[in-house]
Amino acid sequence: MLEAIGVEQFEDLIHDIPSHKRYPTLKLRPAASELELGREISAMAEANQYPGPYSCFLGAGAYRHFIPAVAKRIVSRGEFMTSYTPYQPEVAQGTLQTAFEFQTLVALLLGMEVANAGMYDGPTAFAEGALMACRVTGRGKLAAVSSVSPRLLEVVRSYTEPQSITLEVLDEEEDEVPGDVAALLIQSPNGLGTIEDLARWSQAAHASGALVVASVNPTSVALFKSPGECDVDIATAEGQALGVPPAFGGPYVGLFACKSEFVRQMPGRIVGRTSDGQGKPGYVLTLQTREQHIRREKATSNICTSTQLIGLMVTSYLATMGKRGMREVAELCYHKAHYAAEQIGKVLGYSLPVPGTFFHEFVIGCPLPPSEINERLLEQGIIGGLDVSDRVDNGMLICVTEMNTRAEIDGLVGALREIGAGLR
Amino acid sequence: MSQFTARSVDRRLLMDRSVAGRRAMRLPQPDVPVAPLPGASMLRKELELPELSELELVRYFSLLSQLNFSIDTNFYPLGSCTMKYNPKLNDEMASLPGLSDIHPLQDGATVQGALRIMFELQEALGEITGLPGVCLSPLAGAQGEYAGLLVARAYHRSRNDLKRTVALIPDSAHGTNPASAAMAGLEVVTVPSDKNGNIDVQALRQHVDERTAVFMLTLPSTVGLFDPSILEITKTIHDAGGLVYADGANLNALLGLTRLGDLGFDIAHSNLHKTFSTPHGGGGPGAGPVLVSEALRRFLPTPVVQRADNQYRLAAPADSVGRLNGFHGSFGILVRAYTYIRTMGLEGMRQISENAIINANYIQVRLKSDYDLAFAGRYSMHEVVFSARKQKAKGASALDVAKRLIDYGVHPPTMYFPLIVPEALMVEPTETESKETLDQFIAIMQKIAREAEDTPEVLKSAPHDTPNSRLNEAAAARTPYLRWRRDGVAPAQSSAPAGVDAGDRR
Repeated sequence: MLEAIGVEQFEDLIHDIPSHKRYPTLKLRPAASELELGREISAMAEANQYPGPYSCFLGAGAYRHFIPAVAKRIVSRGEFMTSYTPYQPEVAQGTLQTAFEFQTLVALLLGMEVANAGMYDGPTAFAEGALMACRVTGRGKLAAVSSVSPRLLEVVRSYTEPQSITLEVLDEEEDEVPGDVAALLIQSPNGLGTIEDLARWSQAAHASGALVVASVNPTSVALFKSPGECDVDIATAEGQALGVPPAFGGPYVGLFACKSEFVRQMPGRIVGRTSDGQGKPGYVLTLQTREQHIRREKATSNICTSTQLIGLMVTSYLATMGKRGMREVAELCYHKAHYAAEQIGKVLGYSLPVPGTFFHEFVIGCPLPPSEINERLLEQGIIGGLDVSDRVDNGMLICVTEMNTRAEIDGLVGALREIGAGLR
Repeated sequence: MSQFTARSVDRRLLMDRSVAGRRAMRLPQPDVPVAPLPGASMLRKELELPELSELELVRYFSLLSQLNFSIDTNFYPLGSCTMKYNPKLNDEMASLPGLSDIHPLQDGATVQGALRIMFELQEALGEITGLPGVCLSPLAGAQGEYAGLLVARAYHRSRNDLKRTVALIPDSAHGTNPASAAMAGLEVVTVPSDKNGNIDVQALRQHVDERTAVFMLTLPSTVGLFDPSILEITKTIHDAGGLVYADGANLNALLGLTRLGDLGFDIAHSNLHKTFSTPHGGGGPGAGPVLVSEALRRFLPTPVVQRADNQYRLAAPADSVGRLNGFHGSFGILVRAYTYIRTMGLEGMRQISENAIINANYIQVRLKSDYDLAFAGRYSMHEVVFSARKQKAKGASALDVAKRLIDYGVHPPTMYFPLIVPEALMVEPTETESKETLDQFIAIMQKIAREAEDTPEVLKSAPHDTPNSRLNEAAAARTPYLRWRRDGVAPAQSSAPAGVDAGDRR
């Protein structure tokens, strides 16, 4: 091939690279065969302690749920996994139609008018929702209810602070929203698992001319009121709970939906239905004039590559669970979590310090710092909850889903009792 | 000739296929006492979702998948996107239960294997690019850019140099560059390219001043050329107190041949879903780690993985720009990239780029008499940009050439990008394609060039054998129809004029 190109040696092709900067000596390991590497990485994987062999009660933004085999198989098809962003719609109708299905199912689940084709993850969707509210209202201030999880607010700050957008934190007891804010940011269930009164907050925000940007748990809305029913303007969610493995934090997909009047200010990719030269319906990426490849610095967001395939995981999960399956899994979570809370609440030394209705996550007050409790639980094969002692005295946030059997829950309760009894 | 044997497939949507009472899966009965539900005022009234059987779902999605081109089925000479083969071992490693089932908030002591993979990937990327400070957290290239620009901003602010608020960006840059700069609160100033596709160094000098925060440069440039003045460029920016950012989205031309850090770059990002072979997934998920020089390491986003006493841990850098997403990055993608780097190893790394460059130049030399080169007289790096201006004069545009390729089973090249080349067709064959595939592609392109002369109408009506012929994108934007409706009618929505639909796309 070099001969066809007309050079004697490869190096002739790269004479534009300064000669003293060529061919650095790299410190990398030699190539490994599939057999060796497979063994080595499997050993590293087994060095982790993971749910399955361990029972797990961690949630706080990433949730363990049952993923039906069919949903997994659909996503692993090479035609979906190894295709490119659908800029050439005639050879990407598979990707485009599944994205349209995703937009449909997300809008139906959240009870909202329109949804986009997905964001990077739940927290970035929430942050982009806040930025969008600033564009819609022309205001440069935000207010967040204090019960929003600190991790979510951290991401909002790293998206808004560089653009000099300020963020005020409102007390939960507040019933007025400041008159000059673009949006009220709220999370339900909130950072401690409690269901918020979204309708009441929407009313308060709208009275001040502000929008409501909500982050919700997508499983919880199969049971509890949807953001749409509560007049939320921009609804976001971490889509991971819908058929995506926890995978140490990613890749996930952010769900993003809004009222249709705001659709032209939406960030991210959007798929629309149209027709071809023969009048046959088909799908294309649409409203692209919002996007960076056309608007450049005036785009609604810098998003380019997003999370199409994870969106497909969510689509196939929702389609497999269906109308009844989603409601059933939400109820299973609710019943198991309430059983666990009731049992732990009865154990001497533990309490349920946070009032209000919860879905599948709740705070327990512990007789010891949660970090110490978790160390002891781990010895018994239990991955405990999240340490929230920064917000609740000796508080631990416990999550229970359909994956936790009664035996696991009873095991947790027994272990907590033992730890508590050892103190007396 | 067509692979679309199933093009007359029933394309009704899930909700239109739904039959009340049908289901694809069953959950266990509660094994705990049932708790009373809260009052009706808190509960959802109705949930509308499809109801289908498992077989119906499998058949529907399988048939839809066959309406796609993909790397597993087709050649994708798609410039700036590096559609190389995605080795299957990578997917298998990422789905090991010990990696895919771990919770992101588990205690560090229980996830040492996962943290070790992340740490070793950080080290490898730092070594390959010569930029030793690495944060794997950004979830795609554009978020990597945003992270890098926040680092630049934080650096200047830490020196109390608050007037540095300008991002200089070449006119050939990807759209994400100016979009990310605007999100980072920077003012965008465009720098022109010269007639050879390089940065116009004289023009650059005029733009650089005490307000320059950062210069964002793609290398090789978006026209696939290595800028021979690179050392002079980085020195010019540094002398003026600015930082130099490499849009290293695509490193496929540089592996083992040179390093961004050695050339004077301070910050870069790298798209693992390009150079490091992780699948594109039809538009993500990606991963866009941000890489910086030693001096800038303390500003990296949170978290990074550190090692001390043979223990790995997640940590926040001292003056971190903060957390940009929920957890620690696209871990499943990181595992795939790690597997790829280990598979290729030291000897494979340089071979990737050498073969990628040879393949691009082979196509350049074989097609340059059929299609004009955007910049003649130079060797390309990993991609080559043609201009279909000759064909355009006969009545067939770059778009028509691209759509005709589909009839021959080849995914179109990137079109109309970079913006500085008229009728651009940007071809990146990658190193994973065989000479036979390249020869087939060359023969097809030559055939299309002849068709453009003799029967341009065949190009203009292409593609001919796809599930849909060319779709009306203007109508889609004018009346957005964005979800299933029971009545099948698009909702009435505020209309706005449709814009020009061209630009860089990756």
